[in-house]
Amino acid sequence: MDFNDTPEEAKFRKEASEWLKANFEKFENEKSSNDKSAKSSAEPSKNSQDENKALELAKKWQTIKYDAGWACLHWPKDYGGRDATPIERVIWAQEESKYAIPGGFFEIGQGMAGPVMMMYATEEQKKEHLPPMAKGEKIWCQLFSEPGAGSDLAGIKTKAELDGDTWTINGQKVWTSGAHYSDWGILVTRSDFNAPKHKGLTYFFLDMKSPGIEIRPIKQINGGANFNEVYFTDVKIPDSQRLGDVGDGWRVALTTLMNERLAVGDASGVDFKEIFELAKENDFYGEPAVKNSAVREKLADWYCEYSGLKNTKMRRISALSKGDTPGPEASITKIVSANKLQDIANFGMDILDQAGINSEGNLKYHGSLLGAPLIRIAGGTDEILRNIIAEQVLGMPQDVRLDKDVPFNEIPTGDKSN
Amino acid sequence: MNFEFSDEQMAMKDEVRKLLDKENSLKRNRTILEGEDKFDKELWDSLVAMGLTAVTIPEEFGGIGMGYLELCVVAEELGRAIAPVPYSSSVYLATTAILNCANEDLKKEYLPKLASGEIIGTFAHAESSGFPIEKSINCSFGSGKINGTKAAVPDADVADFAIVSAKNDSGIGLYLVNLKDESINISSLDTFDPSRSHANIEINNAEAKELIADGWLEIEKILDQSAVLFSFEQIGGAEAAMNMAKDYAQGRYAFGRSIASFQAIKHKIADMYISLQLARSNCYFGAWALSNEAAELPTAAATARVSATKAFYECSKENIQTHGGMGATWEFDCHLFYRRSRLLASNIGSQGVWKEKLISSIEKSNLQI
Repeated sequence: MDFNDTPEEAKFRKEASEWLKANFEKFENEKSSNDKSAKSSAEPSKNSQDENKALELAKKWQTIKYDAGWACLHWPKDYGGRDATPIERVIWAQEESKYAIPGGFFEIGQGMAGPVMMMYATEEQKKEHLPPMAKGEKIWCQLFSEPGAGSDLAGIKTKAELDGDTWTINGQKVWTSGAHYSDWGILVTRSDFNAPKHKGLTYFFLDMKSPGIEIRPIKQINGGANFNEVYFTDVKIPDSQRLGDVGDGWRVALTTLMNERLAVGDASGVDFKEIFELAKENDFYGEPAVKNSAVREKLADWYCEYSGLKNTKMRRISALSKGDTPGPEASITKIVSANKLQDIANFGMDILDQAGINSEGNLKYHGSLLGAPLIRIAGGTDEILRNIIAEQVLGMPQDVRLDKDVPFNEIPTGDKSN
Repeated sequence: MNFEFSDEQMAMKDEVRKLLDKENSLKRNRTILEGEDKFDKELWDSLVAMGLTAVTIPEEFGGIGMGYLELCVVAEELGRAIAPVPYSSSVYLATTAILNCANEDLKKEYLPKLASGEIIGTFAHAESSGFPIEKSINCSFGSGKINGTKAAVPDADVADFAIVSAKNDSGIGLYLVNLKDESINISSLDTFDPSRSHANIEINNAEAKELIADGWLEIEKILDQSAVLFSFEQIGGAEAAMNMAKDYAQGRYAFGRSIASFQAIKHKIADMYISLQLARSNCYFGAWALSNEAAELPTAAATARVSATKAFYECSKENIQTHGGMGATWEFDCHLFYRRSRLLASNIGSQGVWKEKLISSIEKSNLQI
């Protein structure tokens, strides 16, 4: 056991860190005073002006990276990457995370749409779409969930009908992150309502500026509006933009979701360090809260989770470093970090007591408190993730399904599904 | 970077597992639990024959001079097999205390015999309920003799000697006493896990050899070192209990289907897995800190200990629950893990003690969290 880089890794790290140091400083210095007030990430932005500024900055930085060969570095050179190994990708991410890099707009495209395009698009389409995606020039969104199909994604109803070589799409998607600033989208539809649920789906990519698309923001409980409802009315998609066979969309969607789970990391927000500091700074019954044994016990539990996740990540990196495929340990990350986030935010409010009601000075805690419920749901709910651990990691059987082998239009729906 | 055990260490782990499988350690646990013997001598002899009592002892003292990483993999397997042997007392505690604190003469006298399994040692620290702090130690040392009592000492009724904490003029020291000495009364205890023997000892003016006079920090260090090893035992046991629950659920049918297809069961077992993975990753960091004598050891050991104790508790109690009524019978093995999980949670200090140690060590250290 040792935490040192191999000589090759150290060389790569040096190259990455030197480039970042030189270029990020230059980028920061060149920011106009207007840019400097912009938030460094996509969420939660309360108004579109802030968001536009942040987007513009993120695009600028992404282009600088792309031009120097540091964007999507694990992708093939032909598509805008540099054929980097998995461990090089990790090293780059470690080095980049040392800076307040503007971002939060490209993950869905680069993390989910990109890999699917690589597997299913034509060579011509890949050459056309992947480099602008890597460069941050074109932003992609994912049109999957519907009002009646979230965890049970295969229950979607957005209808796709083929006439000649053009498809016509009608229906509604929901929880589409960033639809309002996206140029392209990946879309799952139902092309056959008589086939069983998983067999009648067809997958496309489409231009988000196509006529018939209407985007309405959803205001979340934390006040942000990064998600949208997307309505489709007679939207046309050429058959050449179909990914995978007609009726085989579920398989393509699963490829996408597997990448989503790799892309979803720690829940960001208040963590052990923050609550530990808060407990030192605030009194509880005349002594610092950190001296209270009930507080100490909770701190110890959270430290164990914090450290457990950090060391789990180390094991994953270690496997990559050896050239192994990482084991399933990473599947626990979101479930543990999102619940920890919610509990720490809630307990922080307890420590602050009545003064904590005031948003002034406590925005970090309020943000985490109101943001955590969403994180426990997005990208696989706690419950779905437990199913995945049980079924895919531990090999336990799937739940019995009442909708299996039943034509989709005969599956019962309750009154909360629409 | 490399945050895994080496191929050689994994091969050693595999050998230990094969031995414990072949010796049918689970069945032996039950035999000790139900019988009169204090430990399984045959199994102990097999472990000794494999060199496992000699792992951390340098070659000059008759050992095989490997490191603590090797001891971690052995501990995980002994935990998985809930082996009914005095290994933790003799190897994690007594051997470590001698390696850390004893002078050359004592090392020469004791280490070769510990390595060859000729003698068994233990560590006697707690005196009453509540884990000892520096000022609560009443056992005392003076003029070469020890007086006092020690409570629930593991393996005191099978060991040849004990390393005893006792107060003296300069603080709390560590002393070696011969447990076969007539001036020491040993009374075996009835416990909730008779697969591991415990006894109270009463020391009446017994001859003692001093390891260290001002030794409180050394005691803390030995506890930290052994905490990492106990944690590996705990994750071994936790994983065995989780797998037992999973296997039973898959084969048990109710309402016309395998109960492993019910989310109530799947989510329960997924939670065991989550708890176990967090603990395992923390144990690995503990192993690194232990084998490198890193400044992070107190924090790393407490983190491993707290999360491994939690994981074994959760896995062993929910294993019984998954088995339903059969899980609560004497006949099924679930209770063997439940008993051992509680025993290991009590050895060397309970959750409250280690949570307090964890937060104190974070407060004290300027290490980056």
